[in-house]
Amino acid sequence: MTSTQPAGALCADHMRYVLRIADGSLILGQRLGEWCGHGPVLEEDIALTNVALDLIGQARLLLTHAGRLEDRGRDEDALAFLRDESEFLNPTLVELPNGDFAQSCLRTLFYAGWQQALWTPLLQSRDAELAAIAEKSRKETRYHCEHLSEWVVRLGDGTDESHARMQSALNYLYPYVTELFVPDEIDGAAVAAGIGPAVDTLRAAWDAALLPVLAEATLELPGATPFRSTGRQGRHSEFMGFLLAEMQSLARAHPGATW
Amino acid sequence: MSLTREEAWSALAAIPDPEIPAISITDLGIVREVACANGHVDVTVTPTYSGCPATEMIQRDIVRALQAAGADDVAVHLQLSPAWTTDWLSEDAKARLAAYGIAPPQTLAPDAARPVRFRPRIRCPRCGSTHSEQLSAFGATACKALYRCLACREPFEYFKPI
Repeated sequence: MTSTQPAGALCADHMRYVLRIADGSLILGQRLGEWCGHGPVLEEDIALTNVALDLIGQARLLLTHAGRLEDRGRDEDALAFLRDESEFLNPTLVELPNGDFAQSCLRTLFYAGWQQALWTPLLQSRDAELAAIAEKSRKETRYHCEHLSEWVVRLGDGTDESHARMQSALNYLYPYVTELFVPDEIDGAAVAAGIGPAVDTLRAAWDAALLPVLAEATLELPGATPFRSTGRQGRHSEFMGFLLAEMQSLARAHPGATW
Repeated sequence: MSLTREEAWSALAAIPDPEIPAISITDLGIVREVACANGHVDVTVTPTYSGCPATEMIQRDIVRALQAAGADDVAVHLQLSPAWTTDWLSEDAKARLAAYGIAPPQTLAPDAARPVRFRPRIRCPRCGSTHSEQLSAFGATACKALYRCLACREPFEYFKPI
């Protein structure tokens, strides 16, 4: 603890750092859950929802931890179901609509690659609970990366149709990747307190893991654009409100309900 | 009534895994610690996967089994680290998995930091052939992958190393 900053502000930054990671898992888990019953083949239906289950499991652990850090009595359910749009801190990438199967695979790979780059430095976190969650999640994310990489290669280096679809998914999604690596004061506070890495330091690991996959998939990276999404600041795309309306409808219609 | 640590362990060893009843929760290696004092039992378990829906059911089963064995009250604690690995499955449990029709994890859990693109040939639990192919990395539960035996043509599940 530094004497120049009140403990409350440090704790709020710490909570928001954890919340960003939690919300990324939660919102991508919700999106992948939409594939349930709609997968192109039964095996993929099961695979995508298994990935969703892992992500929601990670989100539950992380949200519970964020609630304890905040110390205002909010549990995982209160944080998932009773926050409004601007309080969610996930990157915009994970809230975008699923699109077709190619777009869903590539988006999930992009985020899983980011998580994989994050979990390793988090093992050294001074926050022991966060380090334990990272240790657990890292094993799961590895399988997600492997599975989605295979689909990206198979479709990208596939037929004319599948290649065109994967390339258009890349063109659409790639501008949203920038946000994953833009640090701000919350990252700065986490680095200073030894809680976790700043996100800009994750880019090299992400590039090293994913660029060879995109190359093997014969995909071409689109050029840089000035566009930058802002979900991690709580300013979301037009898609987020609809996602939350569906995700939160039951909990909001029946406050405090248990079964 | 007071329960000894050994009695508590044997009560736990009789609890089947809800998804794979051929093995118990102690075979699975998820029970990390048991402490008994004056009828109070503390059990520390570790989840297999973050989102495994069986975790909560297992916690309820533990409370029920220990109370039936004579514990006055039971507290179940969740411990994430060290993270669960299939390396903790006993050899005996692996044999029972195979007899139940699920191919046990054939390799040690690989280093989680490294990508896995290597596919070992998995032995079919029905005919024993290693001439098999993966259908999907994710099966009916998060811990299993779907395979097909190319010798006997039967599909089977593989308990994947993690």
